Amino acid sequence: MKIANLKEFEVLRADAEAAQKKIRKKILVCCGTGCLAAGSGKVAAALRAELDRKGLDVDVGLKMNETGCRGLCELGPLVTFEPSGIFYKSVKASDVAEIVEKTIERDEAIPRLLYRDKASKQRVETYEEIPFYKSQTRWALRNVGLLDPKDITEYIGSGGFTALAKALATMTPEEVLGEVETAKLRGRGGGGFDAGRKWRSCANAKEDERYLVCNGDEGDPGAFMDRTIMEGDPYGVIEGMVIAAYAIGAKEGFIYVRQEYPLAVRHLDAALGNMRGLGLLGETILGTEFCFDIRIARGGGAFVCGESSALMRSIEGKVGEPRAKYIHGTAKGLYDKPTVLNNVETFVNIPLILEKGGAWFASTGTERSKGTKAFSLVGKVQNTGLVEVPMGTSLREIIFDIGGGVPKGRTFKAVQTGGPSGGCLPASHLDTRVDFDTLTEAGSMMGSGGMIVMDDRTCMVDVARYFTKFLVNESCGKCVPCREGLQQMLRLLTEICEGAGTLRHLEQIEGLAHVLEKGSLCALGKSAANPVTSTLRYFRDEYLEHIEGKKCSAGVCRALCRFEIDEEKCTGCTLCTSVCPTACIAGEKKTPHEIDQEACIQCGSCFDVCSFNAIRIL
Amino acid sequence: MTTTPDIARILDKYPEEEASLIEILHDVQLAHRHIPKDTLSAIAAHTDVPLSRVFGVATFYGAFSFEPKGETVVKCCMGTACHVRGAGRNLEDMEARLGIKAGQTTADGKLTLEAVNCVGACGIAPVVTVNEKVLPKFRMTDFDKILGEGGK
Repeated sequence: MKIANLKEFEVLRADAEAAQKKIRKKILVCCGTGCLAAGSGKVAAALRAELDRKGLDVDVGLKMNETGCRGLCELGPLVTFEPSGIFYKSVKASDVAEIVEKTIERDEAIPRLLYRDKASKQRVETYEEIPFYKSQTRWALRNVGLLDPKDITEYIGSGGFTALAKALATMTPEEVLGEVETAKLRGRGGGGFDAGRKWRSCANAKEDERYLVCNGDEGDPGAFMDRTIMEGDPYGVIEGMVIAAYAIGAKEGFIYVRQEYPLAVRHLDAALGNMRGLGLLGETILGTEFCFDIRIARGGGAFVCGESSALMRSIEGKVGEPRAKYIHGTAKGLYDKPTVLNNVETFVNIPLILEKGGAWFASTGTERSKGTKAFSLVGKVQNTGLVEVPMGTSLREIIFDIGGGVPKGRTFKAVQTGGPSGGCLPASHLDTRVDFDTLTEAGSMMGSGGMIVMDDRTCMVDVARYFTKFLVNESCGKCVPCREGLQQMLRLLTEICEGAGTLRHLEQIEGLAHVLEKGSLCALGKSAANPVTSTLRYFRDEYLEHIEGKKCSAGVCRALCRFEIDEEKCTGCTLCTSVCPTACIAGEKKTPHEIDQEACIQCGSCFDVCSFNAIRIL
Repeated sequence: MTTTPDIARILDKYPEEEASLIEILHDVQLAHRHIPKDTLSAIAAHTDVPLSRVFGVATFYGAFSFEPKGETVVKCCMGTACHVRGAGRNLEDMEARLGIKAGQTTADGKLTLEAVNCVGACGIAPVVTVNEKVLPKFRMTDFDKILGEGGK
């Protein structure tokens, strides 16, 4: 049934809300990538079967949702219960019968499945009490992990499309633009360009045809916010896009999704279909004169296509090469028509801004960065997963309060933000209040929101080499400094890691970094030296240790380290022998072991598993 | 120019325009586990793009390959989170175990090993995927299990 006018929408919404109210209990099974990999698919199937067997369904006020990512990926599969808030981690299919009997039928928590707080060593019953969730402000992720991403009625019943209806029925495109400008929303994809300004210049362009593009080509390694939002809240993203299209006067839109995200494509595709069915997308939306439709374009596995002009070429079916920056997408974008391109997280914020007002949005955050930001907090951190905090939250709060700090008693060394265009910040910068500008000032970047924590087992020279290698593979090859310069940079860094580095290498690296920054066309090349320059800035000692001392104290660069067992500390527990891939550790049980240095490949597996600090890096 | 029925079916799904090119290549890659070179002219004709440019697009994007991939594709995620949790070491160990380098397929044509950029499952790093299945917190003992199951 197509909604013919606003009145019909109100009726539909009232019905959906009433249906929501009848549901007294919800079981939320996280089916994000992390939990699915840990087996949440089996848990969901077993729960469904058990509920069916007992006749527990919506008729008795019970609903089970297979939701998008709940955030705390480290401890999956996660199951949450509403309204009690009971939160279970590491759930197995074999736990299901007990869960249904105790938690669903009697609201009773099962202690062994509860989260255990590391500090107090106490079991915590509800997710609101867990430090990981307590300090978060989930705006962009407001529906992720709560709603069923395939169920449009549930979305409507939870207030979905209210913003769209409000915009179309009561606001002019100009008023919508004004609201977004008031919100001072900056693009969440990395550049942090003012979204309202971008929309305004596209709306002002003197052309009849305009396009709207959603960038879902999340390519930064270590980032998965957009994936989670597209998979977990497809309606939120699309609603934001429809509102944007109304504001700028676009009739056609595209969502460009990374080919590595098939589930995101499926959920978005289903959502687009359901919205067309209800007349929320396509011709005469909500019975108004406004027409807009969206197509999905799959990426081809090229990192550079995350750059807006390259992405547009890719939608056109061409090789994804960026254009010079003086050509603005808002004047000549897709098919050379005025185009607004925003990131997934930018769009998902739009319904919220329209609903609560731009001024409300702008009241959170720092002076020049408003609202919240989602981060993928990963690497050497206790609680890996997805977090969202107000702009201006310090790195320390994110990594230590929410993330629980570095695991296994190791020491924090650096945090990497901004993907391959970003940089590594040391412990002395932990009190930096995260926003677009402070991170850039510190020599890194906000980027799309990847936040990779590194400990003393991470070699910073190796990290610089890692990103350079990544960029060598992903440079489109158009500009010489990027194509050839990065190759040379990689060669120099590899030589340092292999013990053949000299001080001259550092001079050459710094020279190359300068040329890259000045001589490349797009952001990929211009910022390609950032991982190298930021590590040189904060971890120069480590470079010198490699060059002058021929040593890698993190035990990563194989040519520059050796592992040895401390006879005094070794208890002969044999754990190291069981993980050694070359079987080069020998020794009797309960007597000190020894590493055969000839056969050792310096992989460090023994070091990582030893519980007695008996292995030394030399 | 040869157009097998299944290629014709794929082409029919998409409008005759340049914008269809990448989508068509995706479908052909999925159906054949590679892009058979003799399909390129049919794709070029359908999309009205010069053959040289079709070749250019097919080689530019990492998703497409002219060499057939194995039934089992093992992808070792090389994203930053995986890197700091030992992905490089895992890849080297897998290469040694299989006797092939990343990007190659075993001699019997059954298994392809790839090193890929971030797969977006950073919370459970290091990650290895086997076809659609995601293996969390990967260890080499998991790999032995995959091989033990006949490469499945």
